[in-house]
Order: sequence, then C-alpha cells, then structure tokens
Amino acid sequence: MAIFLTAESKVIVQGMTGSEGSKHTTRMLASGTTVVGGVNPRKAGTSVEFPRGDGSGLTVAIPVFGSVAQAVEATRADVSVIFVPPAFTKAAVIEAVDAGVPLIVIITEGVPVADTAEFFAYAQDKGVRLLGPNCPGLISPGKSNVGIIPSDITGPGRIGLVSKSGTLTYQMMYELRDLGFSTAVGIGGDPIIGTTHIDALAAFEADPETDLIVMIGEIGGDAEERAAAYISEHVTKPVVGYVAGFTAPEGKTMGHAGAIVSGSAGTAQAKKEALEAAGVKVGTTPTETAELARALLS
Amino acid sequence: MDLFEYQARDMFEKHGVPVLGGIVATTPAEARAAAQTLLDAEGATGVVVVKAQVKTGGRGKAGGVKIARSAEEAEQRAAEILGMDIKGHTVHRVMIAAGARIATEYYFSLLLDRAERRYLAMASVEGGMEIEQLAVERPEALARVAVDPRTGIDAAKADEIVATAGFDAEVAPKVAAVLQKLWDVYREEDATLVEVNPLVLTEDGDVVALDGKVTLDGNAEFRHDDHAALEDAAAADPLEARAKEKDLNYVKLDGEVGVIGNGAGLVMSTLDVVAYAGQQHGDVKPANFLDIGGGASAEVMAAGLDIILSDPQVKSVFVNVFGGITACDAVANGIVAALGILGDQATKPLVVRLDGNNVVEGRRILRDAAHPLVTLAETMDGGAAEAARLAATA
Repeated sequence: MAIFLTAESKVIVQGMTGSEGSKHTTRMLASGTTVVGGVNPRKAGTSVEFPRGDGSGLTVAIPVFGSVAQAVEATRADVSVIFVPPAFTKAAVIEAVDAGVPLIVIITEGVPVADTAEFFAYAQDKGVRLLGPNCPGLISPGKSNVGIIPSDITGPGRIGLVSKSGTLTYQMMYELRDLGFSTAVGIGGDPIIGTTHIDALAAFEADPETDLIVMIGEIGGDAEERAAAYISEHVTKPVVGYVAGFTAPEGKTMGHAGAIVSGSAGTAQAKKEALEAAGVKVGTTPTETAELARALLS
Repeated sequence: MDLFEYQARDMFEKHGVPVLGGIVATTPAEARAAAQTLLDAEGATGVVVVKAQVKTGGRGKAGGVKIARSAEEAEQRAAEILGMDIKGHTVHRVMIAAGARIATEYYFSLLLDRAERRYLAMASVEGGMEIEQLAVERPEALARVAVDPRTGIDAAKADEIVATAGFDAEVAPKVAAVLQKLWDVYREEDATLVEVNPLVLTEDGDVVALDGKVTLDGNAEFRHDDHAALEDAAAADPLEARAKEKDLNYVKLDGEVGVIGNGAGLVMSTLDVVAYAGQQHGDVKPANFLDIGGGASAEVMAAGLDIILSDPQVKSVFVNVFGGITACDAVANGIVAALGILGDQATKPLVVRLDGNNVVEGRRILRDAAHPLVTLAETMDGGAAEAARLAATA
C-alpha cells in the first residue's frame, strides 16, 4: 500500500537527459525506483546508461522516447516526473496528461502561476493527479522514490507525512528516522498546487499501512485552515502538525511564492489554532513536533 | 511584485482599459507642469487630483490624495504630499490625475483563488468603500464569479459577472467590455491580482478605471522583459538590494542573530526556533531570512555571509543546513572558504548545525579547520540556543 506510490509504480522522467534530470534519475534508481524511460524528442531511440543502484557496479540502459505517449505505450509507465525548465513545464504536463499518465510529479521551481492554473484545470478534467510544482516529490521508503527526496534518511514505517517544504520534510523524516514512514509527500509551496494537504490526508486516512499523520504547513493562504476543517470531519487517525513562520513579519515573501502573510489570515498562529481546534497536536519546533508524534505512537 | 498606481494606470492604457490622464511627478515643479498639461488637455474638467504613490491602502484617509484647481495649487499639494509617511511608506512620487465627473462608483477585481485553484472575479455596484468592509458587512453586494484559467473573461463570462453583480441594463455592456480588457491585462502581463477601486461611470456615460492595483507574478519575468524596469529599486533595503544582485533569497528583519539555511520552509522554521531561543537570552531575534537553496557553493556561502556580516545589527550567525541533495561536506568547505575570502571582515561568531547527506565528513572538515569563530551544534534547537546566547552576550 502506502499512498500514491507503490513498489509496482513504473516511472518515466521528462527531462532525464538534462543535468538535474540525469542526476536525480541516478538517485531514484539507487533508491530502488523502477525508472522505465526518459523523454526527449531530439534523442528518441537512444538510451542512457545509469548505475544500477544495487551496488553491483553494473549499469542499466534507460531508453529515451520521443514523446510521453510513446514511452507509456512501450513501458506501461504510470508515473511521470518532470525536471524540465519553467518555460517548458506547461507543455510537458499537458503532454503527460494526454498520454494518460495518472500521476504527474512536477519538481520544477519557478513555474508561472498562470501556467500552473491552466495545466491544473486540464489535468483535473482528465482525472489526473498532479503533485507540485516546486515540490520535492514523494517517497514510499523501501518501495519507490519519485523526485529529489533523499532515500537514505529513514526507512519504511507507519507514519504518513505531508509537507509544503522540501527541507522541512527531510528534517522531520530525520527526527523520526527510528520509526520510519509509509509515504512522505512534498506538495510544494506555490500558490496553486496539484495535490493539497487535504488530498494527502484523505489518502493516508484510507491507507492501512499508515497509523499516524504528520502535517507540515507554513504561513500564507488558508490551506492549513481548510485541512483542519477536513480533519475534524473525516480523519480518525491521529494527526500531528507543525507550521513554519510564527515570527515572519507581515507583507514579506519568504522564498516560497505562497509564503506571505497579509493581514490576520494566513498567520502561523491562526493556522495553529485552527489545527488545534480540530484535535491536531501542534508543535512549535520540528523537534517538539516529532516528540508529539513519538508520544502518540508509543 | 506590486505595482504603483501610475504603473498600473499605464499598463491599463496599454491594453485598452479606459483610464484618465495621469502623469507621475517626483518634485513639486514636475507636478505643476503635469497639472498644467492635464488642465490644458481636451475635455479637461478644470480639476486635477494629486495622489501619493505608495504601495499601501488608506492613503486618502492619511491625507495622501488632494484636489487642485490650478497648476499652482497642484504644486503646493504635491509639496505637502511628497515626503509624507503613510503607514511606514515614504512618498517619493505623486501622480497628477485628470479630474473625473463621477456619476457612480463600482468595484472589480480578478485574482487567484488558491483553494479552488482557478481565478476569481469579484464585482460590486457599490464601489468606493473599503472592499474588505463590504465583503463582511454586506456579502450579498459583492458578486463572486469563478473564472476558468483557460478561457478567462470572454464575452459570456463578462456578461455573467455584470449580471451577477446587478449592473443596470444600460451600463452592463459597457462594464462587460472593460472587464474583457482587464482580463487582457491579467493574462498578457501574468498578473496574480488586478483590482479597480473605483471603476466609475462618468456623467458623460463612460466607464473608466480611476484607480488600479496590479500584482505581477515574479515567476513569469522570463517572458516579460519590460517587468524588471517596474521594480522599485530605491525602496528596497540596501542589504536586500545587494543580495538580489547576487541572486540571494534574502529578507532583512529586525534582530541580532543572522540566519543562513537551505530551503524556504527550513529557514522560516529556523527563524522561529531562533526567536524562541531568544526569549531565554535577552530577547534577541533573527536578523534576516536567507535561503541559499540547493547548491551551497563556497561563493554562495561567502556572498551570503558577507551580506549578513555587513548588517551592523548582527551579533552572531546561525547556519542551519539539512543536506538533502546538498552535501554537508560541500557546505562545510563553503563555510571554511567563505571565512578565508572574508578574512578580517569576519568578526562575529558562527554556530553551524549540519545534518543529512555526508554529515560526518562535513563536521570533520569544520572540526579540522578549527576556525576560532565557528562552533558546531548537534541539533537545530541546540544551535539556535547557542547562537542566541552568543548574540545576547556579545
């Protein structure tokens, strides 16, 4: 089980022949992901040698296809991960949606929000799940890893993690490394994202391999407040929360396009209160949050 | 990026949104000349408005908007308004705007709807007042219409918006035409907000955008070469301006503990942890947000440290890195090299916490370098506490 990503997931990489795509394809293979192909119209029919990732010193040839449709037809891939530059991301997502890929993970940072709004609407009409953009991807430890989350922080376990932030995801996995995770999902910090906290909460609630959910949010927007409302209605598993940005001043953008506090809504305090009202235990630091999770699981 | 009103006005004009004459001025003399030009223009009403150009609301109440009936009067009003402080924003420019004979005021905005992941148009026939107040007190008077990002405000959507908002049959087609032009602004300029308050009907029966607020998407700058020129470089904090030149994601704050980290979320979290630790140590606070991102090369680390150490308020620095893709040995080498590059300029203590990818090697590099300013911390909370203690006792 786990959510969204399983041991059976077959992954293609859009942008595999670029420097980021190539680096992370190597890492994904090393963490046991079944990468079945890459896409690059100019290099169709070739293949790229990658280390096999089993420590054997041998390589594996990953074929490069001219289009996502061809890659899917040849490999039956059911996940695509996108590493192409921002200007080409919209076209890449639409191509993957058209090819019938049910899960598209968009790592690219700096995508214009109008492009995201358009390709999200397109994907939604076709029933395709998007993760990101501007996200680290997701990992079901010991099964599969799609994106850029390091696989060596921790192993399989019974905690589900959903987070807007990449490095905070890693920090939390590290804090709870002795317990492990069913799946950790980095949903990204952009104003419009494909998979939300609520989507991940619903999937973890339904996942028999997840006993506890850790949810990491940050200032800006009202996604955490909406997640809190969802939790009080639909989630029976224990949820532990953390919100970054308690001391962020009003009106300043803190790196993530979505992370800006304007007026009273969107503050970390408002999010913490909403989550606590929904029965979520909220930590004030990552370490304290991990302790709350640990206490609930023991 | 938020635009000034005069920039929004010019952008509206470029896309065919009806606006009145408006000329920006930075001195009273310029204001006088601008007013004369507008008062001499065809169809002039004999009145101009001198409007403070600040990126904050409530300028009317603060005395930043004044009417003038002659060029001389406009010069006087500009002299009063220029240099004024409005909610912490110093007025460096005024816009001299042609006066309008207003019959009715309306409201319109188009913005991102994060929750629904599409766009939202809001319109009201009761414009002019604070829209937040209207939304709370009389929500039924503010029409909210979902806009599909792929089709935007086409003729049918424009008709739907004006019908939902309850515009008179006579004025509705005129407003609908303006809304389609405002969509052109939103789409073609990659805006995330276009707001017109008020949108007015003049006594002559024209629909005109009398004020404008536009926010542009920084991620879309690559396809708008002209947007960089809209940035208000003068307003940026000097350290922020320097950081931007070096492509550093830096925000100046008002505290004593410099913060460097990787990833926006982790750095925000670090600010919090430092602030909490500060409560035990003389109430010191974080001095900045600085995200060095994925590639923590020596150059990036040196540039970041240089900016932070040149902030006179900074008493100590906390470097908090979780190596995901970034390898801790590269970060450690970056710190050692950066301190070498900075030499005698580096005078403030650094607390460094490294975890994750290649952490053992990273810590070894820092221990071996044994730089007198550098302390290694085992945990994020521990590092924050040590940095706060050093700042409080410096």
